[in-house]
Amino acid sequence: MRNSNILKDEALYSMVDAKMVMSESKPILEARNLEVRKGDTRLLAVPCLLIREGEILCLVGPNGAGKTTLLQTLSYLLKPFQGEIFFRGKKVGANHSVLEYRRKLAMVFQEPLLFDTTVFENVASGLKIRGMKRGEIHDRVIEQLERFGINHLHDRSAKTLSGGEAQRTSLARAFALQPEILLLDEPFASLDPPTRNSLIEDLEHIFQQIQTTAIFATHDRLEALRLSDRIAVMNGGEILQIGSSEEVMNHPVNELVASFLGMETILTGKVIKRNGRAFITSIGGQEIESVGEVHLGEAVTLCIRPENVTLSVHPSKEVTSATNVFPGKIVKIVPLGLYQKVQLNCGFPLVAYVTHHSLENLSLREGREAAASFKATAIHVIRRKER
Amino acid sequence: MKKWNKSQVILSLIFGLFIMSGFVVPVQGVQKAIILATTTSTQDSGLLDVLIPIFEKKTGYFVKTIAVGSGQAMAMGQKGEADVLLVHSPAAEKKIVAEGYGINRRIIMHNDFIIVGPPGDSAKIKGIKLASEAFKKIASAQALFLSRSDKSGTHVKEMDIWKAAGIKPEGEKWYQQTGLGMGQILSVAAEKKGYTLADRGTYLALKKNLGFDILVEGDAILLNIYHVVEVNPSKWPKVNAGGGKAFADFMVSKETQEIIKTFGVDKFGSPLFFPDAGKKEEKLGK
Amino acid sequence: MDLILEGIKKAFYLLFTFDPEVIGITFLSLKVSGIATLISLFIGISAGVTVALSRFIGKRIVVSLINTGMGLPPVVVGLFVTIFLWRNGPLGFLEILYTPTAMIIAQAIIATPIVTGITLAAIQQLPQKLQLQILALGATRLQMVWILIKEARLPLLAGVMAGFGGVISEVGASIMVGGNIKGYSRVLTTATVMETSRGNFDIAIALGIILLLLAYFINLILTQIQQRERPR
Repeated sequence: MRNSNILKDEALYSMVDAKMVMSESKPILEARNLEVRKGDTRLLAVPCLLIREGEILCLVGPNGAGKTTLLQTLSYLLKPFQGEIFFRGKKVGANHSVLEYRRKLAMVFQEPLLFDTTVFENVASGLKIRGMKRGEIHDRVIEQLERFGINHLHDRSAKTLSGGEAQRTSLARAFALQPEILLLDEPFASLDPPTRNSLIEDLEHIFQQIQTTAIFATHDRLEALRLSDRIAVMNGGEILQIGSSEEVMNHPVNELVASFLGMETILTGKVIKRNGRAFITSIGGQEIESVGEVHLGEAVTLCIRPENVTLSVHPSKEVTSATNVFPGKIVKIVPLGLYQKVQLNCGFPLVAYVTHHSLENLSLREGREAAASFKATAIHVIRRKER
Repeated sequence: MKKWNKSQVILSLIFGLFIMSGFVVPVQGVQKAIILATTTSTQDSGLLDVLIPIFEKKTGYFVKTIAVGSGQAMAMGQKGEADVLLVHSPAAEKKIVAEGYGINRRIIMHNDFIIVGPPGDSAKIKGIKLASEAFKKIASAQALFLSRSDKSGTHVKEMDIWKAAGIKPEGEKWYQQTGLGMGQILSVAAEKKGYTLADRGTYLALKKNLGFDILVEGDAILLNIYHVVEVNPSKWPKVNAGGGKAFADFMVSKETQEIIKTFGVDKFGSPLFFPDAGKKEEKLGK
Repeated sequence: MDLILEGIKKAFYLLFTFDPEVIGITFLSLKVSGIATLISLFIGISAGVTVALSRFIGKRIVVSLINTGMGLPPVVVGLFVTIFLWRNGPLGFLEILYTPTAMIIAQAIIATPIVTGITLAAIQQLPQKLQLQILALGATRLQMVWILIKEARLPLLAGVMAGFGGVISEVGASIMVGGNIKGYSRVLTTATVMETSRGNFDIAIALGIILLLLAYFINLILTQIQQRERPR
C-alpha cells in the first residue's frame, strides 16, 4: 500500500516537473532522494521536492509527520542525511558552500529562541553574524521592527516579552536577513488563538507586500489554506500529496490526507449499483449515492466534509435523486468555536457542522433523532486498491 | 550590545588589575636561589625573618625558606630538594651525614626544651629535675599528653625522653598523636589542658595567649641544638652547593652569632637562642 | 572576644597604614589567584564547551570525571604538583618549585575543573534548538560557540566566582608548592596559617579579614554585573 503510494507520488512529481520545465521560472530549490534515518527508523524519505521562486509552500501533517525534519534537512541543520539539495541549480556542499547556502535562508522555529539581549540586538543578530556595517544594520532592523509593529519594544530585554511579541521579534530577525527562502517551522503553534490570528493576519499582509519564497510547516490546515500557494501533506516522513490548495483539499489521494484535511466522515464499502458515473455504495446496511469512475463490486472509500452535511428535524419532501438523506440519532455534540460538531449514528457514523443558531432552532440534543442530508456530488471518492 | 560592552570592560578591568598587580610586587630572580629547609621553630620564632634579609643583602642570594619539621627537612636534603638544612635532630643529622647526603655539619645555636602543662598540674611534675622522671609521673597519672608525632626535632626529643623513662606511650588513651606544628600544638595543649614538650623559643613567642606554665626545665636531655648541614652536591648535581655553603658560613659567622645572642631580648626579656658556633656539642649544658 | 576586636582593629590599622608587607601579600594573592583563574577560564571554557557540544562514546564518563574534578582536594593537587616539580622530578628542569609560578599552576589545576563543570552545565542548560537557530542565522561554528558563551554568561560568571573564590581561599596546595616564602610566595592564606602557629592571632585575624573583604568585593563586582544583566 505504502509502496504503491510512493509510485503514485512519483508520477505526480514528474507531472509537476513537467509543469515546471514549461513554466518560465526554474526552481529556486530542488531536493532529490532525501532520506534521514535514526537507527532503524526512517524519519524522512522525500524522493523529490521542487520549490518555485516566490511561492509559499505549506507542509501540513500531524505532529511527528516529518515536517521539522524536512525543514532542518533542507537548511542543512540536520546531519547526516542522504540525498542532494540544489540551490538555483548549484549543488549545495559541492558547487555551493553550506555556510553560503545557509546565509541565503532564514529559519523561524516554534519557540522564539531569542538571545538574552534587547529586541533590537536580537533582530540585528543575523546581520551582525554576516559582518554587516552598523549603519546598514540599524536601517534594516528598524524597517523590520516597524513591519512587525514592535518598534516600541526596541530596547526591551527579550526575556520580558510576551509570547506573541517574542515570536514577532523572531520573525523580524528572520525577515531582516532578506532571505531568498524563508523556512517557518510551526511559528504560531505555541501562541494563544487571538495572538496567533493577529500574527497570521500580519504575515499574510507581509507575504502579499514582498515577494518571498517560503516553506511553512504547520499542523493547522486552516493556517495552511490561508497562507499557502501549494500544500504538501506529510505523514510518516513522506510527502503523501503535493499540489495547489484546491487540488489537495478537493482531491485528497487517500484516506489519511482526507482525514487530515478535514474530511471527518470517512466510510468504506463496496459498490453495489452503477449507473453511468453515479453509483451506490453499501455501508452499514445503508445505501449511499455518489459520483465517480468506479467498477461494480469494487471497494471504495467515501469522504464527506462535515460542512457539507445539513441536518433537519422533518425531512424535506422534495428530495432530489442526487441527495442522500438518512435518519439518525445524535450521539454527541461538541462545541467547536463558531460551529457545533454533531456526531450522528445513521447506521454508519456521520459528522456534521451546524451553527449555534440552527442548533437552537432545531433544538438538537444528544439522544434526539435528526435527518442528515448531503449531495452525492459533495462526496469525495477514493478507490481502494485490491491487495 | 552596549550593556555587554560595559560588562566586558569591567571584566577586563578586573583582570587587568590582576596582571598589573604583578608589577607592583617586585619579581625576584630565581637564578641565585637557595632552598633552605628548616624547622618550623626557626621560622615561627621570627629569627629567620631577621637573618635572611641580611644574608640576601650581603651575598645577593635569594633564600627560599621552606619551614617544615626537621624530619621532612632532612628528607628534602636526602632527596636533593634542598641546598642547606637548619635543623635540630642530632641523631638523624648524624645519620644523613654518615650516609653521605649531608656534609659539613656545623653547630649554630641551642635553646632548650621545656615541659609545659596546665596550671593545675594534675600529674604534679612541677619542679622535678629529670625530664624522664616527669614523663613517668604523667604516664602513671594518665594525664593527657599531646605529641607532635611528625618526626620533627621536638618529636625525636620527646621519643628520647620516653625511652629514658622506659615507657612506650603509643596507643595509650592519654597519649594523643597530633601531627601538628610547634605553635599549633601549644595552642591545642592549652585548649585541652594537656602536657606537651615544647621548645622554649616558640613557647615564649606564644606565651601571652597560652596561660601555660613551664613545669620542667634545665635537664641536660632537654637541650635543643641546631645545626646547619649542607646537602652533598656529589649526590645531587642540581644542588646549589655554593649557595648552601654561603648560607652555612653566614650562620656561623661572628656577626650572625651576635644577632642570635640578642634576638628576642627586647620582646621577651630573654634571648630565644644561645649562639654556639665553634663549640663542641658534647660540652653543651655541662 | 577581645582577641577578635583586637584582630579587627589591627586589620584596619594594617590596611589603612598600607603596611607594605600586607599590601604585598594581598597583591600577590590577587595576582596568583587572578592569573590562575584566567588560565582556568581559557582552558575550562574551551573544554566545557567542547564537551557540551560534542557527542562521543564515553561522554558520561568524561562528564562525571569533570564533576569529580570540581571537588579536587587542593592538597592532593599540591602533592602532585610538588612531586612533578621537584628538582629530580619529571619537570624539575623548569626550576619553578617554591615560586609564584608553581602556585599559579597548582591553583589553575584546582580551578579548571570547576570552570569546566560550570561551563558544561551552563551550555547544556541552553535550549537544544538554540544551536540550530544560531546556525540557521548563518553563523560559522566558531560564531555559534561565541554566541552560546555569551548566552550562558550569567552562569559562567558564577563559574568565575566559584573558581576564583576556590583558589584564593585555598591553602594546602599554595603552602606545598609555594613554600610560604616571605616577600615572594607568601599569600593571604599561607600567611594566616603561619601567623596562627606563631601565636600572632591578631595579625592572623587581620589577614583573614582582608581575605574576606577581598572575596566580598570581587563577588560584589561580579554580582553587580549579574544584576545589571537581569531583565528590567
